[in-house]
Order: sequence, then C-alpha cells, then structure tokens
Amino acid sequence: MVRDQETLSLLLNTVARFVRERLVPAEAEVARTDHIPEEIVAEMRRLGLFGLTIPEEYGGMGLTMEEEVQVYFEMGHTSPAFRSYFGTNCGIGSQAIVIDGTPEQKARYLPRLASGELIGSFALTEPGAGSDAASLKTTAVREGDHYVLNGTKRFITNAPEAGIFTVMARTDPMKKGADGISAFIVERDTPGLWVGPPDVKMGQRGAHTADVVFENCRVPAENLIGGVEGQGFKTAMKVLDKGRIAIAATAVGVAERMLQDALRYACEREQFGKPIAEFQLVQAMLADSQAEIYAARCMVLDAARRRDAGENVNLQAACAKMFATEMCGRVADRAVQIHGGAGYMAEYGIERFYRDVRLFRIYEGTTQIQQLVIARNLIRKEKLYG
Amino acid sequence: MKILVPVKRVVDYNVKIRVKPDGSGVDTANVKMSMNPFDEIAVEEAIRLKEAGVASEVVAVSCGVAQCQETLRAAMAMGADRGILVQTDVELQPLAVAKLLKAVVEKEQPGLVIAGKQAIDDDANQTGQMLAALLGWPQATFASKVVVTDGKLTVTREVDGGLETLELPLPAVITTDLRLNEPRFATLPNIMKAKKKPIDTLTPEALGVDVTPRLATLKVEEPPKRKAGVMVGSVDELIEKLRNEAKVI
Repeated sequence: MVRDQETLSLLLNTVARFVRERLVPAEAEVARTDHIPEEIVAEMRRLGLFGLTIPEEYGGMGLTMEEEVQVYFEMGHTSPAFRSYFGTNCGIGSQAIVIDGTPEQKARYLPRLASGELIGSFALTEPGAGSDAASLKTTAVREGDHYVLNGTKRFITNAPEAGIFTVMARTDPMKKGADGISAFIVERDTPGLWVGPPDVKMGQRGAHTADVVFENCRVPAENLIGGVEGQGFKTAMKVLDKGRIAIAATAVGVAERMLQDALRYACEREQFGKPIAEFQLVQAMLADSQAEIYAARCMVLDAARRRDAGENVNLQAACAKMFATEMCGRVADRAVQIHGGAGYMAEYGIERFYRDVRLFRIYEGTTQIQQLVIARNLIRKEKLYG
Repeated sequence: MKILVPVKRVVDYNVKIRVKPDGSGVDTANVKMSMNPFDEIAVEEAIRLKEAGVASEVVAVSCGVAQCQETLRAAMAMGADRGILVQTDVELQPLAVAKLLKAVVEKEQPGLVIAGKQAIDDDANQTGQMLAALLGWPQATFASKVVVTDGKLTVTREVDGGLETLELPLPAVITTDLRLNEPRFATLPNIMKAKKKPIDTLTPEALGVDVTPRLATLKVEEPPKRKAGVMVGSVDELIEKLRNEAKVI
C-alpha cells in the first residue's frame, strides 16, 4: 500500500519509463516470435511487477485497487501481452487465495507468486461452459484425504507457463448450479494434469492460452480453497469483480497509446498541403476518442476507490469493464482509420493493437454478460427498495 | 568510505522544452521534472561501489526548491542510504551550488564525491570542477571507468581522440560521463522502502553560504528552425555536393 502521492508518482514514473525504454522497443519482436524474451521477464520480476497486489506480509506490495489501476494505465501503453504475463499473478491467478484462502494456503503460495517464481492461472471456462460458467462439468470427488478431478478447461491464460492453477470444479453433482462448485489450487506437476499446446489466437501474441485437462488428477484436500466446499463459484465471482476493473484499466491505457500514435501520425502526415490533423473530420475522431478515454478513466478510478472502501462493486465493475473495453474498440477503429492505408500495414503497429484489443470485449465476461450483470443489479435493487 | 552524490532536479529528458514568450527563461510550469541523467549515472556508480564493499554509505544531496525532495527519493529508491536537501527558492548558479556542496562536504566528511559531468538543463559543466577547486581536492572529470584500490582512485576519462587514465589520492571529486554505467531501474518495493529513509533539510543561511546570483540571464531563445533537406538523385550527386557545396570532404 502506497497511500502517499510522492511515492506513488515515483512508482508510476518508474513503470512508465520501463514501458517506454524496455517494452515498447520489444513489441514487434514479441509479436513476431510469440515469446517475451527471458531478460524482459527477469526484469519484470526484479522490478516487483508480479507482486503488485499480493499483501506485504507475503512479499508483495499490497497495492490498493486505486493504485493498481494506475499502474495498468501505464502498462497499457504497450502491447497487452506484457501485462498479461505478470497480470494473472496480480489478478485472477492469485486473488482466490488472497481473498478466500486459508492462512496455510497463503503462506505456501503467495510469496512465490509475488516474486514471480511461480505463475498463477485461473481455470473456470470449459468447452461447454463459457458465459454460463455455473454450468461447468469438471468434477471433484472426495476420496480420503484427496479430491479426484476430471474434466477439461479451455482458453486458460498463461496455462503453458503456469506453476499453479485455481480450478473451479463441481464437488456436489446433485446441485446443478453455482452452489455445487468448489475452488482448488492444483500444482502443475500433479499426475493427471495435462496442458495442451498453445492456442493460435487473433492477437496478443506473446501471451498464451491453452486447454488444461484433468484425468483422475488427485489433489490434496488441504488445497480446497478456504477449506469449505460449495464456495468456489462465489470465490470466482469475487475474483472476477476485481479482474474486470483491471481489464477496464488496461483498456484505458491501450486506448491512450493508440490515440497517441494516431495523433502523432495525424500531425506528421500531410495531404492537400497540410497535416491531416488540421482537417475537422480527423479532429472529430481524435476528440471523440479523447473524451471517451477520459470518461472510462474516471469510471475505472471510481470503481477502484469504491472497492477499496469495501463497497460491493459488482455493478460498477461491470459498467467500467463494458464501457472501457467497448470504448477501446472504437478508439482502435478510429486509430486505424486515421492512419489510412498505413493503418492496415503491419509496419505501423496499429493494426496489431486493433487485433490485440478485440479480446478485451470478450474475456473476463463478454459485453453481453456485463449488460446482464448491470441489469440484474438494477432490477434487484428496484425489487428491494422500489 | 562515505560517498556523497549531488543530484539535480531538471526538466525530464523526454519533455520538449518551451521558451517563455518574454524570453526570460524556460517554461517549467506543469512540466515533468526528473533527476539529471548524468546524476543517475553518479548514483549508480556510488551504489555499485557500496555493493562491491568499497563504500560504506551513499548520501545523496540536492540543492534547490522543496520539490528536490522527490529527486532525493528517486536516488534513495535506487539505493542511496539517506538524503540531504539544501532548500532555497533562489535560482542557483554553479558557483553557489559548489559552495553549498563544499559546506556539506565539510559537515559530512565523505571520502569521495561523484557528480554528473553536467546537467541537461543549463549544460554548464562547472559545478564538479568548482567544488574540487574550493575543497583543494584532486578531480577526474568525464569518467568512463572508476576503480578504487588501497585508498587510491584510478579513473579512465573520455577525452578528444581517446582515453586518458589518471591515478588520484582520496578524497577526490569525480564527474561521470555517459558511458560509465547504465543506471538501474529502481524496483517497486525499493521505491516503497525509500519513503522510510531519512532526509535532512538544511538552508544556505545555516551553512553560511551566500547564494545570490552573480550572473544575469539576458535572453533565452528557441534554436533556429531546421531548414528543409534536399533530395539527391545519385551517390555521385551527393559526393559532388558534399565536396563543392558543403565542403566537408
């Protein structure tokens, strides 16, 4: 936790400089090779990026959500693949343990997640359970002091790199919905756990997803998160509330980068005898982008502050995630448009961002799921207090 | 051995400098400020000497407005042990800074002062030399390599046309050149720890130094706009122009 402006500015300036001097120059190489160079990963570890949100007593920095989103605004100024690599350790890969883990689980895993020695991954989605996550079919059957897991998880971020997985599985087959689901910590070298080959994706090369398959995978009972069955779906939803604000913050950062690239291009590119930035139709695209970025930034900061204050931010997180990621899509489209023919060419990099940001509107709950979350919150409130 | 490292708060090297409309100076309102890059190299070198067991303590010192405290925090986040702020709102010129540093040196008794060779704002390249003269200490400027052995200092300097190696007794003043080292990024946990490190605040009056400016700035101007280039059709044409027009070959 920072909580003083001087230290926070120094921290954000350091991240901004790391992004500018180390990550931006490596963007094209990461996209070409689908791999983040080892020396950059080592530098991210040394900087402490993997431990941003892990409590200080477990070796992290214990940043508040308000502080964390400001780091992501800065990290957004480069390819999202970099944030994705350490981001699961700060977010969905560690938070189930941080929020609902037992003291033993925290002591065992959090220090290694904070240092980046261990990569954490979050396994909820299945081939038949995406948006309808509560219908998941992976089972966990108690046998003595173990649970036996069977099932397949799909599109699992950082699975090829992960050392531990937070896995949501059904412990009570009689309960079809959310109540029958429990969350487990599964170590990578557990017999019966298989990670598939990395998926071939539209964008975000350098960040990897893969299937994770469990075949009679025996997990010690002490790895049931929180030590209580039937809490797994609630844990997952709490993790996702936080994750949605983080994705919204990243979308704001990347939108800022794309606008900056488009602005620079518009000021340099001349047509009809003057820079295209002087034409009002181009100006409209720049202005609309800036205004929307500002709105999304304010939403993200407000949602983060409310979460820090202990409020239930289910509604605000969904609003911020939906608006910021849809905004990011519009800014990406305008940034390509401002670049004209050059925007369609790989050389300028903007088409890469255009593909990278398409994912923001899909993962951590699609825009349509956010709409349902928002509407349900409204209707529930109307029924309670209306 | 204690090492003293002077650090200056300057306009960040990424900022495009704007001159005030009345030509009285550079506009610094709402402009990002950072540590002078040559001073970062000086801090890095001092920390490396501490890590190598040569130095026991690294003290950063900054002279100027209250916000110079941020520059000291940046030095402490990199690894300096503590900071000294000589606080004043008076515009400081190199001689005044050298006198302030001399007073701090007499108070702190360091075995070595490592300073940046110049600051990227005024490019004066004077403070380190003036400090050495005021102290009566040996100096090695534009250092590209520093070795400390048995109380002696061996410094390789970048000079026109090559490298010069000097041997100096301690205590001494070194100023850093660009290629001495590549400064580290402060780690985020060390940035958090830096806020707990102590900063002493002094004033020029308490140090008995008169910092009144001796020089008056008459005018500050933007550099002339770059003129458009010329496209040449062939290598032969280029050589012809270089030889007969530019007269450089």
